[in-house]
Amino acid sequence: MTAVTRDIAVVAFAQSDVLRSTAEQSEVEMLMPVLHDVLDRTGLKTGDIGFTCSGSCDYLAGRAFSFTLALDGVGAWPPISESHVEMDGAWALYEAWTKLLSGDADTALVYSYGKSSPGSVRDVLTRQLDPYYVAPLWPDSVALAALQAQALIDAGDTDEPALAGIGARSRATDNTRAQLRGSVPQGDYVVRPLRTGDCPPVGDGAAAVILAAGERARELCSRPAWIRGIDHRIEAHGLGVRDLTDSPSTRLAAEKAGAFERPLDTAELHAPFSSQEVVLCKALGLDGNVRVNPSGGALAANPMMAAGLIRIGEAASRIHRGESDRALAHATSGPCLQQNLVAVLEGDPR
Amino acid sequence: MPEVLKAPLVVEFPFTRSLGPVQSAFLTGLRERVVLGVRTRDGRTLVPPVEYDPVTAEEIRDLVEVAPTGTVTTWAWNHEPRRGQPLSSPFAWVLVRLDGADTALLHVLDAPGPDAVRTGMRVRVRWAEDRVGAITDIACFEPYDGDPAQPTGHSGEFEAPVTGIVAPARLDYTYSPGRAQTAYINALADRRAVGERCPSCRKVYVPPRGACPTCGVATSEQVEVGPAGTVTTFCIVNIKAKNLDIEVPYVYAHIALDGADLALHGRIGGIPYDQVRMGLRVEPVWTEGGRYPDHYRPTGEPDADYEIYKELL
Amino acid sequence: MSKEPVAVVGIGQTKHVAARRDVSIAGLVREAAQRALDDAELTWADIDAVVIGKAPDFFEGVMMPELYLADALGAVGKPMLRVHTAGSVGGSTALVAANLVAARVHGTVLTLAFEKQSESNAMWGLSLPIPFQQPLLAGAGGFFAPHVRAYMRRTGAPDTVGSLVAYKDRRNALKNPYAHLHEHDITLEKVQASPMLWDPIRYSETCPSSDGACAMVLTGRAGAARAPRPAAWMLGGAMRSEPTLFAGKDAVSPQAGKDCAADVYRQAGIADPRRDIDAVEMYVPFSWYEPMWLENLGFADEGEGWKLTESGVTELDGDLPVNMSGGVLSTNPIGASGMIRFAEAALQVRGQAGEHQVDGARKVLGHAYGGGSQFFSMWLVGSEPPDA
Repeated sequence: MTAVTRDIAVVAFAQSDVLRSTAEQSEVEMLMPVLHDVLDRTGLKTGDIGFTCSGSCDYLAGRAFSFTLALDGVGAWPPISESHVEMDGAWALYEAWTKLLSGDADTALVYSYGKSSPGSVRDVLTRQLDPYYVAPLWPDSVALAALQAQALIDAGDTDEPALAGIGARSRATDNTRAQLRGSVPQGDYVVRPLRTGDCPPVGDGAAAVILAAGERARELCSRPAWIRGIDHRIEAHGLGVRDLTDSPSTRLAAEKAGAFERPLDTAELHAPFSSQEVVLCKALGLDGNVRVNPSGGALAANPMMAAGLIRIGEAASRIHRGESDRALAHATSGPCLQQNLVAVLEGDPR
Repeated sequence: MPEVLKAPLVVEFPFTRSLGPVQSAFLTGLRERVVLGVRTRDGRTLVPPVEYDPVTAEEIRDLVEVAPTGTVTTWAWNHEPRRGQPLSSPFAWVLVRLDGADTALLHVLDAPGPDAVRTGMRVRVRWAEDRVGAITDIACFEPYDGDPAQPTGHSGEFEAPVTGIVAPARLDYTYSPGRAQTAYINALADRRAVGERCPSCRKVYVPPRGACPTCGVATSEQVEVGPAGTVTTFCIVNIKAKNLDIEVPYVYAHIALDGADLALHGRIGGIPYDQVRMGLRVEPVWTEGGRYPDHYRPTGEPDADYEIYKELL
Repeated sequence: MSKEPVAVVGIGQTKHVAARRDVSIAGLVREAAQRALDDAELTWADIDAVVIGKAPDFFEGVMMPELYLADALGAVGKPMLRVHTAGSVGGSTALVAANLVAARVHGTVLTLAFEKQSESNAMWGLSLPIPFQQPLLAGAGGFFAPHVRAYMRRTGAPDTVGSLVAYKDRRNALKNPYAHLHEHDITLEKVQASPMLWDPIRYSETCPSSDGACAMVLTGRAGAARAPRPAAWMLGGAMRSEPTLFAGKDAVSPQAGKDCAADVYRQAGIADPRRDIDAVEMYVPFSWYEPMWLENLGFADEGEGWKLTESGVTELDGDLPVNMSGGVLSTNPIGASGMIRFAEAALQVRGQAGEHQVDGARKVLGHAYGGGSQFFSMWLVGSEPPDA
């Protein structure tokens, strides 16, 4: 099969501060400044955008069709070409990428948002699980990640001090948008072997990205972050049929995205738990030459449904700023890294 | 800025789930203290039994009994059980590979403390006293140092199999309507309808949603509208809605309050239902303690001309 | 650079019913998917990616159910996308899948949409008790009925038109073995005598609540050449959205619907839809939406749509048959309803619609909409591939 060849880049990225609670703002009130910010960075207006795609999840805030009201923040008038995934915004970006690839549009606005503060996200996420055999036991997201962490420890892939080091390194970021920064106590066990410091902060936030194709990308950004490859894969749902110490779907997506063809300098990994960073680094074969999560990753800020898109945005921003030439961005969904997306971004040679 | 409103939002429903043959057999088996797996074409035995092979996607139906004893493949100590979880005192989450199975089952282990749990330890099923055909018919696992139990070779056929489960689910949220709607609701307490004007297109939105939906910019300039308005369109409701204490028939109408650029919704009263018409002029009627007008009634003014409200249906 | 032409080579549906108590959610979607594969004579290994859609997760109480459904849909090790655009989702899902083929990202894609409404109660899912908000003062029909009245006021349509649509669609459903409602003793008098629920909408003019799934296999030129049965070719496809509620919104004939149709017609080279399109599967949850959409989609001038219905043009043997399958009025697994429209359009141009086949249907429009008449998705499929 002949691939359609069209160079597509992330040309702008914006995100909100990630906060423990944004009760004073409705979802659209939280999202709208981010949309304005990302459009301002390119000088584009809603009417200039060829395709818009968003990612969010009704279950987070407990309201059906929450995305229909978020659309108010876009200003979808005259009507726009638009779609929505009930997934992290990274997959909305994937859908938009295919739309640019097919030539249907030259620019795309991608956004996502999540408010975890209204509910108890640990309990909400139990509703993602097999509704017959697993969800009735209410195993929360930390418990499942802890089972994975123990499997890693048993396999000799990590230990508790190493996990604590991942959290500490993540929160040593200079990312001012992050919810948790600096020295944070590792704390007590939440579900053993995971301690507070191994778990992501619960918070609210929004993010937006603009994609553009070919020359349009060069007009809109002095150093576009070209998407050299992007792919995503899903694994079996049952934890008991998977090897929790590995992430074959991440490896396959990375291979399809061309991640292994040339060395990377940066990786933005969506690892909500410290132990999951171990799994991802192992699956991707990342060594000390790759800077992992300079943004702090999900351990510093994890706005559900936006945290994956933020990884792509953070990787792209480093390319925009000239701090990276070739970066990998990763997003995950589902229990214990069930579904994974990998994008490889590059800047023009300097 | 005044404090935003907050209130609890409970999302709760008893979902009725039909099972299909494989899940029906497994859960009925638990009721009868039999643990079933399902065999794949290449000879693996999956427990719990799934309907489709995760590797080949083949439909699989070949049920086989396995032992209620097994080995912990990984675990996690939960010192603070949460609502809905199988045990109320501290326990371990475990993945257990039952004897005779090639995959592991997620459940909980009753143990005195984390020091009593390790990967590789032997466990057995502790059955619930009252079993109904659900995953919770396994009360939990418990440490076990005997030999593997021997399955009896059950066929997977049962008398009176369960074909469905009821899965109650409750999630508790704290709802906040945000800045703009809080201001609107607070004004309603004084029986005033206060909307917000878009700084760009100048349209007035009641209730305000914080953003002008066509311009995509924040609204903030507050504008009091009404109290009277015009019925722009309506329907006559003849079917009693659950949780609504209103006698049918009644009229449910779109009402454009004077000064608003978008109609809101309300009930029309004080006039026989079959005399309500498009263009009828109405005003709100409040009842003690009501957050919203109870209904709207005719003002007695002449009807509005269609040309005036036809953009506000 | 040109897009890969997109062909529908496999279609599968479940027999839609009020409650499928014999299957799990996985069993329901699997049945439709397997039938689509069988139609295309393909195996799970032939599928490169899965694109799934459904309406709110609260309906089944499973958050992001595609995670649990990955195994049943053979998606393990493959890409899987989940679309949600309210009522239009079935159509949007098909378009997202089609674009994967058009962009040559994947060769063959399985797309599927479903709803298992019997797991809960749709009205519960749609009206969660949000604090501070005015309670919904009328059921689902109450949301639509005022718009129907606005249409009647605007066009002067006689109040019998709605019953004609319902009578037609329920008779068409009798020819569709997958339709939910099979009212063998239906008569126009019975429709017109059914209770007035939300005046001007009668009971018989409303859609049922169904369990069901619909799936399609989409592929490119090479895949179509290998297919055992004729392909339906996508000649145009588009999505358009406008805000939920806004000043000046025309809820009777939304601009987003007009723009979406115009985009599809432009892609497909349709100059005069009334003349160039042979039949339509449109999303009509309440009978009056047929004349409304006939105008919105450009098959009739404004104010004239009801005349097509009244004169029998939209009957199965009419000049522009509408909802040959019986439509949403006869079958409504919410998240799947849009995809059923798209799939039924494809069945027609493939000549595979059985008893409800329109003779010589060569270009058929599939239409879906949702939210507050704000999200639109449409495709036009043809019996011949698009001009290269």
